[in-house]
Amino acid sequence: MNHAIRADKFLLDADRTTWHDETLWFVREKRDRAVYAVPEFQELRELASQIKDHTLSRLDLYLQEFEAAALANGVHVHWAADAAEHNAIILEIVRQQGATRVVKSKSMLTEECHLNPYLIKHGIEVVDTDLGERIIQFRDEAPSHIVLPAIHLKKEDVGDTFHTHLGTEKGESDPQRLTEAARQHLRAKFLAGQVAISGVNFAVAETGAVVVCTNEGNADLGVNLAKVHIAAMGIEKLIPRLSDLGVFTRLLARSATGQPVTTYTSHFTKPAPGREMHIVIVDNGRTQQLGRPDFRASLKCIRCGACMNTCPVYRRSGGHSYDFTVPGPIGAILSPNIDMKKHSSLPFASTLCGSCTDVCPVKIDIHTQLYKWRQVLGEADEIPASKKWSMKFMGRLLASPKAFALSGQFARKALRLLPHGLTHANAFNAWAVARELPEPPKQSFREWYQQQPQQIQQPAQPKVTA
Amino acid sequence: MKVALFVPCYIDQFYPQVAVATLQLLQKLGVAAHFPAQQTCCGQPLANSGCEREALPIYRHFVETFSDYDYVVAPSGSCVYHVRKHFDKLDQTAEVQHVRAAAYDLIDFITNVLGVTELPGAFPHKVGLHLSCHGQRGLHQANESEMTPVRDGQLRRLLASLDGLELTELTRNDECCGFGGTFCVSEAGISARMGQDRVADHVRNGTQVLTGSDMSCLMHLEGIVRRANMPIKVMHAAEILNGLTP
Ligand code: SF4
Repeated sequence: MNHAIRADKFLLDADRTTWHDETLWFVREKRDRAVYAVPEFQELRELASQIKDHTLSRLDLYLQEFEAAALANGVHVHWAADAAEHNAIILEIVRQQGATRVVKSKSMLTEECHLNPYLIKHGIEVVDTDLGERIIQFRDEAPSHIVLPAIHLKKEDVGDTFHTHLGTEKGESDPQRLTEAARQHLRAKFLAGQVAISGVNFAVAETGAVVVCTNEGNADLGVNLAKVHIAAMGIEKLIPRLSDLGVFTRLLARSATGQPVTTYTSHFTKPAPGREMHIVIVDNGRTQQLGRPDFRASLKCIRCGACMNTCPVYRRSGGHSYDFTVPGPIGAILSPNIDMKKHSSLPFASTLCGSCTDVCPVKIDIHTQLYKWRQVLGEADEIPASKKWSMKFMGRLLASPKAFALSGQFARKALRLLPHGLTHANAFNAWAVARELPEPPKQSFREWYQQQPQQIQQPAQPKVTA
Repeated sequence: MKVALFVPCYIDQFYPQVAVATLQLLQKLGVAAHFPAQQTCCGQPLANSGCEREALPIYRHFVETFSDYDYVVAPSGSCVYHVRKHFDKLDQTAEVQHVRAAAYDLIDFITNVLGVTELPGAFPHKVGLHLSCHGQRGLHQANESEMTPVRDGQLRRLLASLDGLELTELTRNDECCGFGGTFCVSEAGISARMGQDRVADHVRNGTQVLTGSDMSCLMHLEGIVRRANMPIKVMHAAEILNGLTP
């Protein structure tokens, strides 16, 4: 199933599509206001982009520096080549504690590795403590957005879910009362948590510390109540120095939600006395992407979600239409690296309008990479054969002026003569699903031009090479 | 100054009046543009579909056709953007480099090469300007809402200089119309929905004549307007600037 088919399903509910589009556009507008208010915002983007480029250019060195600093802080450092290793390492740590109850704050990496089902399968209770994550965990759904995981749900949907799982009153949809129910529920889970897992927004090579940005404070609560903290991070989360961090925190919240800064920016450097801290550093396809010069820059992503909020396709097709942990434009350039066949339609789920590139706080050339993935997919025969053959045919036609002129005449004539029902039949004309075809003129421009007096036709008499 | 007119394939076949208006407008501005008959296409439809390799002969043909001109002007920013940005796949001979630099969108050419920012004439209608993404974000012909709240741009200025013309203030000034080349058929559902939303913004804010400098976006939007029988007329900016009435 490709993106277009999944998008069409989403579009069936036109009102919900409108609501989804407007909700995310509201976030985009909030982002705009926050960005306009910072005169040096474009310089910040450039700086952030350069810091990330630099870091990626010597990632091996920074990873070693980070590991050494973390070890010196008394932190356990683990390396995972892929999702399976990541999951096994975490299960092992949990088991060593004899723990059965894990609380988790938001982490797209653990989603990517499918950690929850893995732990649950091994008898561990995992509770997502981010409100949006908890909602979709109840519903057994994947996040539809990297910052706003339950953005596809309306408050009435949340009310239904909480009625089923938390016993709130049927039909309750007041956000405050629903949130209060979640707070009471999560409080008990926090207190019972034995191991706390968090994601990582930034890892500082020079200090060995990890920085976690949340709005709910759930990472802090989980980590401070549990005996053991496991922070899971991709290798691309590094920044060189603590003094670089401010560049990113200024960009992150503004780009994500239009806030000047996230409510909590928590630095975890070393375990408290009597506690343990683990950092799991994960590759899972990232070095492969690093080895692709055209797509390397995708690793600069700080997961702000701005490219999703601005994407006119994402807003109207929903995050699940991408069928990948990270949806939207950035997901469409990360996913083919993981599985080119499965995700071959994603780089085509874009008009290449370029808005994603222009909002990206670390200046990833997202739409150019979408274009380049299309070429890779075309070369690898991962585009529909019918498309490839028609493009081959067009290629020959358009390189030959004579054939081109003739085919144009033919097409216009056909359009004029054939009945509307045939030229606009949905079955073989996707254009006509919602659009009229242009009214074919009797004459093409080139035919008109040839009939004009010579002086208009050849004003400058330029020499034209054959 | 030797100027060639590049008329993208779909304009040649379906919107000859836009090419005529472009030619006449240039004439009024003192530029006698020539139309080299052997031209075909810039190759974008193929390349955007992942078939850049198949497009290379078209690129070469384009360069051969236009390398003797000082400027290549087209009433479609998207094609120009493609030539400038994606002809990097060719060996960068002097001809190739020249043609890439010489390619201009009509409005860009009028503004930056001819230095014209005001035109005589009247167009007493409420006009909604559709910014093409490739013209705006690709060729920087207009400010972007991602960067600044100031709504300014080349075509906005030219249109505003016509007597009686009132510009529509859209709710979303620069959202993509959803055409996207082959996207309009491979993702027909989303493409149509985007177009419908774009047109609705114009209707809501009072547009009588919808215009822009990229005929490909306009072809898509016109298809939607006509299907829904909306009281909006779609015209290319060259037609308005050339003094045509709706
Ligand atoms: S690609 Fe850029 S805009 Fe998109 S989530 Fe990553 S950092 Fe944010």
